Amino acid sequence: MIELVDVRKAFNQGQHNELWAVRGVTLNLEANCATVLRGPSGSGKTTLMTLIGCLARPTSGRVRLQGRDVSGMTERFLTGLRRQTFGFVFQQFNLVRGLTVEENVMLPAYPLGVPRPELRRRARSLLESLDLGPHAQARAEWLSGGQAQRAAIARALVNDPAVILADEPTANLDTELSHRFLDIVRDLKRTGKTLIMTSHDPLLYQAPEVDRVIGLRDGHLD
Amino acid sequence: MPNNPWLQRQRYLVDFTIGALARRKGRNLALLAVYALIVFVLASVLLFSQALRHEAAMLLSSAPEVTVQRMVAGRHDLVPAAYLDQLAKIRGVADGRGRLWGYYYDPAVAANYTLLVPMSDPPPPGKVRVGATLARTRGLGVGDVLSLRSHEGHPFPFTVDGTLSSESALLTADLVLVCEEDFRAFFGIPAGLYTDLILTVRNPREVTKVAEKVLRILPDTRPIVRDDILRTYAALFDWREGMVMVLLSGAILAFIIFAWDKASGLSAEERREIGVLKAIGWETSDVMALKLWEGLLVSVFAFLIGYLAAYLHVFGFGASLFGPVLKGWSVLYPQFELTPRIDGFQIFTLFFLSVFPYALATVVPVWRAAIADPDAVMRQ
Repeated sequence: MIELVDVRKAFNQGQHNELWAVRGVTLNLEANCATVLRGPSGSGKTTLMTLIGCLARPTSGRVRLQGRDVSGMTERFLTGLRRQTFGFVFQQFNLVRGLTVEENVMLPAYPLGVPRPELRRRARSLLESLDLGPHAQARAEWLSGGQAQRAAIARALVNDPAVILADEPTANLDTELSHRFLDIVRDLKRTGKTLIMTSHDPLLYQAPEVDRVIGLRDGHLD
Repeated sequence: MPNNPWLQRQRYLVDFTIGALARRKGRNLALLAVYALIVFVLASVLLFSQALRHEAAMLLSSAPEVTVQRMVAGRHDLVPAAYLDQLAKIRGVADGRGRLWGYYYDPAVAANYTLLVPMSDPPPPGKVRVGATLARTRGLGVGDVLSLRSHEGHPFPFTVDGTLSSESALLTADLVLVCEEDFRAFFGIPAGLYTDLILTVRNPREVTKVAEKVLRILPDTRPIVRDDILRTYAALFDWREGMVMVLLSGAILAFIIFAWDKASGLSAEERREIGVLKAIGWETSDVMALKLWEGLLVSVFAFLIGYLAAYLHVFGFGASLFGPVLKGWSVLYPQFELTPRIDGFQIFTLFFLSVFPYALATVVPVWRAAIADPDAVMRQ
């Protein structure tokens, strides 16, 4: 489904503080699988995920999505593709303070001009499925860590993307909530979603729900 | 009603913008208040000047088409009644009359009065009719005595016969109407001399031609055409308006700097928010549209609040804040109500100059953050 061919990514290229975060990674990611990119801090796993999710463009190399080369696309097409194909769950969740949980979930669909009743219905349904129905009108900053993560997952799902990207999803969760997250992973796989996660938490990358673990070190595959 | 995705998108953007503005309530309320204040001051000056100009034009519409003054050594002097005979022969002149008026300085209130003999219905000898403002200042009522010092230095008592209506307060504030006999006795002006002569012209398009003929026949005179007076008043109000604007320019400049600083600076939280929006699927154009809405909402609201407040200030409270500056340096400020008058072009200009620069100032600096790759969000 997602193919990376000799992908490299540099920051501050040509300057004294040039950094190569990803150095020649070639990878094939299958659909409907849960994959974890594992590695220590600075291994390049988050950068690799941003390249997979079209959040950034590679310095060199190719990224193909269902056979289509997306590495050279303009920002406008890339954004449209990102909106349709990928849903993001950030490590810090990045819910917008001051908005309700429901409004946060609806946010990715605003630029599409989806009719409000339909969008609201979609958001409510997602929140119900993640046991957040009673908190729909609560302000995002009032949620606990686990609730915020589920709200972030609901937001990532509102445009019904094929792929969910989650950066260190268990970093801010205790053991019980981490297991609950794994239940969600199982449910998402059952609905046909592809999951790509970064983590250095053994509870996550050693879980049976995870189909594949890819190790990274210093920007190379381990 | 079929859904229009574009319209629905704008509604979502406006909703989000209002929420974003509310999240930074203190800063945005302060900006709105200052912005509205600047619009209020500018709009008040413009509205008031416009209304005064119109008022002056309305009142001067009943002034004579041509006023003829005699000039001696470049100064206005008394004009002989005999000149009327020569002026009556000019083709196009329907009527010519002599006018008697003069100034009197009253040290009691440090004010100048205008004594005038009206063309019709003069007061009886020994009696005067005074302007409402003068009556108020001197505490005069009907039957009271107004004693003025004649040209011989003796007190000259007048009994107040009535006050002039305040509808024409702009012109009658300092007016004292007297009969011809009293006027001549008070100022020592013998019969056969007038202060100036007024001519009525049949065809308004011939006024300038008549004035030229007056100058040819009586070279020691100065014909004043009514339109010239109107232009002088307009220029005077323009000058005063400009003076107030110059005095306000310091405040306006300070506001421009303040607004630019507020609009063009993005806080760390705003940058992060833009990154999140881009990461979850918003395009650069969506982010730019969001910021444009933010700029427009703030500036349009400020304009509406400021302009409405200015309208109330000028037409409800008589521009009490700086009316005296624009009306004139006179002790006697007439109390009158201005007719609400709005110049569409003026509104548009003020709207355009106050709304669009701010909206642009909001959008331009966000462009750099909006086009950046959103992957930076992942690193926070």
